[in-house]
Amino acid sequence: MSEAVSALPHAQYSGLVDLAEAGLTGMITLRGDLASPVLAEAVRAATGASVPEVRRIEAGESGQAAWMSPDELLLIVPYEGAAGVVEALETALAGEFATAAEVSDARAFFRITGPQARDVLAKVCPVDFSDFAVGELRRTRAAQVAAAVWREEGDVWSLVCFRSVAQYVWDLLATVSKPGGEVGFYR
Amino acid sequence: MSHRLSTGGRLIDRSRSLEFTFNGKSMSGYEGDTLSAAMLGAGQVLAGRSFKYHRPRGVVASGAEEPNALVGLGEGQRYEPNQRTTTTELFSGLKATSQNHWPSLEFDVGAINSKLSRFLPAGFYYKMLIHPRAFWKHVYEPIVRHSAGLGRAPDAETRDADRYEHFYAFCDVLVAGGGVAGLTAARAAARAGKRVIVMEQTAHFGGRAPVDGEVIDGMPASEWVDGVLAELHGLENVTVLERTMVAGVHDHGYILGYQRVADHQPGADKPRHRLWRVRVGQLITATGAIERPLSFAGNDLPGVMLASAVRDYVVNWAVAPGKRVVVVTNNDDAYRTALALHQAGVTVTAVIDARFEATGDLPAQARAVGIRVAEGMAIRQVLGSKRVSAVALCRFDSDGGAVAETLECDAIAMSGGWSPVVHLWSHCGGKLTWDDARAFFRPDPARPPLGHDGQGFVAAVGSANGMMDIVEVLSDAHQTAQGTGEAPQAEPVPEAEMLPVWMMPKQASYELRAKMWLDPQNDVKVSDVQLAAQEGYASVEHTKRYTTLGMATDQGKLSNINGLAILSDALGQAIPQTGTTTFRPPYTPISLGVIAGEAAGPVFQPLRRTPMHAWHEAQGVYWEPVGLWRRPYCYPQGEESHADAVIREINQTRTSVGLLDASTLGKLLIKGPDAGKLVDMLYTNMMSNLKVGKCRYGLMCNENGFLSDDGVVARLSEDSFLCHTTSGGADRIHAWIEDWLQCEWWDWQAHVVNLTEQFAQIAVVGPNARKVLEKMGSDMDLSREGLAFMEWRDGKIADIRARVFRISFSGELSYEVAVPASQGQAFWDAALKAGAEFGIAPYGTEALHVMRAEKGFIMIGDETDGTVIPQDLNLNWAISKKKDDFLGKRGMERVHMVSPDRWKLVGIETLDGSVIEDGSLAPLPGVNENGQRRTQGRITSSYYSPTLGKGIAMALVHNGPERMGEEIAFQGKDGATIMARIVDPVFYDKAGEKQNV
Repeated sequence: MSEAVSALPHAQYSGLVDLAEAGLTGMITLRGDLASPVLAEAVRAATGASVPEVRRIEAGESGQAAWMSPDELLLIVPYEGAAGVVEALETALAGEFATAAEVSDARAFFRITGPQARDVLAKVCPVDFSDFAVGELRRTRAAQVAAAVWREEGDVWSLVCFRSVAQYVWDLLATVSKPGGEVGFYR
Repeated sequence: MSHRLSTGGRLIDRSRSLEFTFNGKSMSGYEGDTLSAAMLGAGQVLAGRSFKYHRPRGVVASGAEEPNALVGLGEGQRYEPNQRTTTTELFSGLKATSQNHWPSLEFDVGAINSKLSRFLPAGFYYKMLIHPRAFWKHVYEPIVRHSAGLGRAPDAETRDADRYEHFYAFCDVLVAGGGVAGLTAARAAARAGKRVIVMEQTAHFGGRAPVDGEVIDGMPASEWVDGVLAELHGLENVTVLERTMVAGVHDHGYILGYQRVADHQPGADKPRHRLWRVRVGQLITATGAIERPLSFAGNDLPGVMLASAVRDYVVNWAVAPGKRVVVVTNNDDAYRTALALHQAGVTVTAVIDARFEATGDLPAQARAVGIRVAEGMAIRQVLGSKRVSAVALCRFDSDGGAVAETLECDAIAMSGGWSPVVHLWSHCGGKLTWDDARAFFRPDPARPPLGHDGQGFVAAVGSANGMMDIVEVLSDAHQTAQGTGEAPQAEPVPEAEMLPVWMMPKQASYELRAKMWLDPQNDVKVSDVQLAAQEGYASVEHTKRYTTLGMATDQGKLSNINGLAILSDALGQAIPQTGTTTFRPPYTPISLGVIAGEAAGPVFQPLRRTPMHAWHEAQGVYWEPVGLWRRPYCYPQGEESHADAVIREINQTRTSVGLLDASTLGKLLIKGPDAGKLVDMLYTNMMSNLKVGKCRYGLMCNENGFLSDDGVVARLSEDSFLCHTTSGGADRIHAWIEDWLQCEWWDWQAHVVNLTEQFAQIAVVGPNARKVLEKMGSDMDLSREGLAFMEWRDGKIADIRARVFRISFSGELSYEVAVPASQGQAFWDAALKAGAEFGIAPYGTEALHVMRAEKGFIMIGDETDGTVIPQDLNLNWAISKKKDDFLGKRGMERVHMVSPDRWKLVGIETLDGSVIEDGSLAPLPGVNENGQRRTQGRITSSYYSPTLGKGIAMALVHNGPERMGEEIAFQGKDGATIMARIVDPVFYDKAGEKQNV
């Protein structure tokens, strides 16, 4: 199999924060009844995580489950195994009204790290980042494009967007991370 | 002559002198100066010229309200017109140029307008520039255009060298204004644990209190301010921003703050401005008050300034506006200016007080230091040409006929009382009430701007709320911010009542009134407003527009109240009956750069790139924008023209094999028990009976029956369909389907997932297409029978997971292969390698267009424009007669839609084989009811077909399909008539043999 290539392999930048492309990541859109025990079991089997509450992301031993909308989750798993996870989900959810689709290659995935991460994100995302706990997530926009943002741990943040606008989002984050643009709002 | 005082200046650092130039002349000031302070300190009083009469103008104010002192700042990529010197912090190397003058500031030809002022009354343009009609274009308009505008625009070829950004913030309380009221409110809210943002428009906190020598909590105001600031800076829940102006107040507590991060450090590696986009629970406006000018003859001469501004210059920057100053007032506060000047060693010739007697504490203090107070007097007229040289006095209660006395002076400090800054209160609908005693409008607390919950979300405090005494100011701010404990304490300074004065002397003659400026930037005088009233302008909004009062860049911060008082008087009604004009954001102009924020250069707009984008670019591709995507239009080789490249790409594809990046095509997965029901509603044709493994072309219409999108649908499984949309339509159609599912058919069990970007889609097209794929290696049977036309299969090609659709938009043998986007380039490379022996070459969108037109395939956006139904395009075969319903069905049955007179799709061939211009109309004799030329058809697509060796076109023509073979005239460029023939729109391989091999 030819090697799969992410949108901006190994992109890195250091300014007010450290920016890095997170590389290829398995992602699965799962739509269905989030209250369904069958779906919860399928999510647990796929990721080890429980079904997240609204605007949350839960981590398990083999992946993460992120809330996307009242009937949609984004499952994050290793890239190589994503197709297999979709198959497993389809089997587990047979008979349920649920849809699983692989979107690993439709996304670009960035990591934003540093104490000024919230100040940088707040330049492009209309989100209140105060009291934004680890495991919280927002579907929002990064300036002119759709994005999802969550807090992985401490000063480590993740942002996903569509693959086609990876370069735009990269340039955007790098622009607003340039030294000299310190805000000091989030302390 | 204005000059720098030898001592004092609380904001300047005399150890750091800064050089700058004004109109090329070198001057120097101190760190901490504003440009206006530095210019006055250097003796430069003349700052610019007015808009209409080009009269000399000097600085009037010391802050954002300044109407006159506007300059062009910087040069080249950092040049910006109309910058107020009063709000420009001095920096080393600053370059300022005056505006509105020709050939020079000192000698201006346009000033002749001033001599003609009696011929340029209010509404001059409206009255004089109408007749004769022909004069407008050739005489009036060029003159108006030449003299329009203030500063010149930056040169067209320059690009803003600075960067800008936005910042989204949220807080419980935002305090606009860092004076003592704002700081009191902010501290009270902060101590209550609220999230607080304080925005102060200048670089300094404290507002007027330190200048006026107030004592708060037993210490000088500046010391008190430092203490509060230290406390606020130490609190995690507080953000304190200087150089940040609240520009606008909008619905739902949305506040725009304009932070001038680096204006005072040009060239610093910082964003120049930052736009704060803040959602607030409550906005507290502590924006203070603005002093009003007095209307007396000659009050526009350089050297006439606001009394408070004179005080600011003396105390803050140790700059005196003149050697001999006359103070003219209707209130006690201006005596503070007289005292400050006296204390600084400047001669105060006299205080002219319009009041019959001045008995307050402040006048007493002035008298005590020997300042002459002239009671019941007025300035009859200011004498001087380019600046003040003397004033002629008269009794206030007179018509100014008799000059009582003439006093020599070189500056005048005037005070007509104060007006609270009610702008922010008013932006979002807060109402005002007239305070008769103090003669100003102040916020009406009973009618605040309302938030989403119907509750007021703005509160005004301090002087912005009409509190003019320091004690009142502090307690008002403390209480409104729900402070606990005692409000800050201050020493009250009792002031006697002011006397409203809208014109001096009180019964001034016309001759004097015609020299009394209300709006010095736009040259609107008392006589102009009175004339407007005389001519029937009763509404303040109409008078504003007719006279241009308050329409200059300062938006009438100084002139509006005086103007509407004059209007009220002329109309014989009370001021509150006249009302105010509307206060609109922004409070003062904000930069265009900050509105754009970071969206400049490479991030001006998102550019969508396919996985093969970089490869295309490396080939020297010529791009075509499709939505936000860039798609290859063609790939010119060497010196090849675009037209030649397109021909080469078509010939290569039709004779051997070509490669198209079709990744931008929309790919929507529709899945669920009701998926079949849903696709049957979305498409005009029947989709639910499609077999798994098969593809079908389908049309989507809106409710009105108009064609909206098209594409191939593949049935993936019993309960799932993959719907291809147009490249530009993917997001729109996705949203359209979600809309129907969420709002109308919420109980249907179907999901739609947008998989557009999951796949790179590559079309391998041409007679050798199969050979190329087979050479790449596949575990699928791609033969004519193994994968028949309009079928799809999942498998592997070149060891890459692939879904192959045997569909054709070119008429050739064609496979569209979808692979994971991350392997798109790998597949593309493999196809190029395998196809090398067949001369494989990529082709772009133009070749795609020509080939589809040769086949008579329609293109959404070419053959459709939102008014075209499928029947117009002879697509009746794709409209189900069996289905009970589908989106657009009912619309198509409307009378106009079934009319036999609709224009329908045909092919068009010019008689001479030339390429007809796209969009050409087929004219008919005569005109329609709108007086327009009648027409009978329109070209919707037109190309040169290399396959046929001539121009081909598609057109919508009245009764077209019944007129095959008929000759029809189109109107080409320059009105030339082009004769053409109506033909079948399928120009190439009508039987479809090529694609079915």
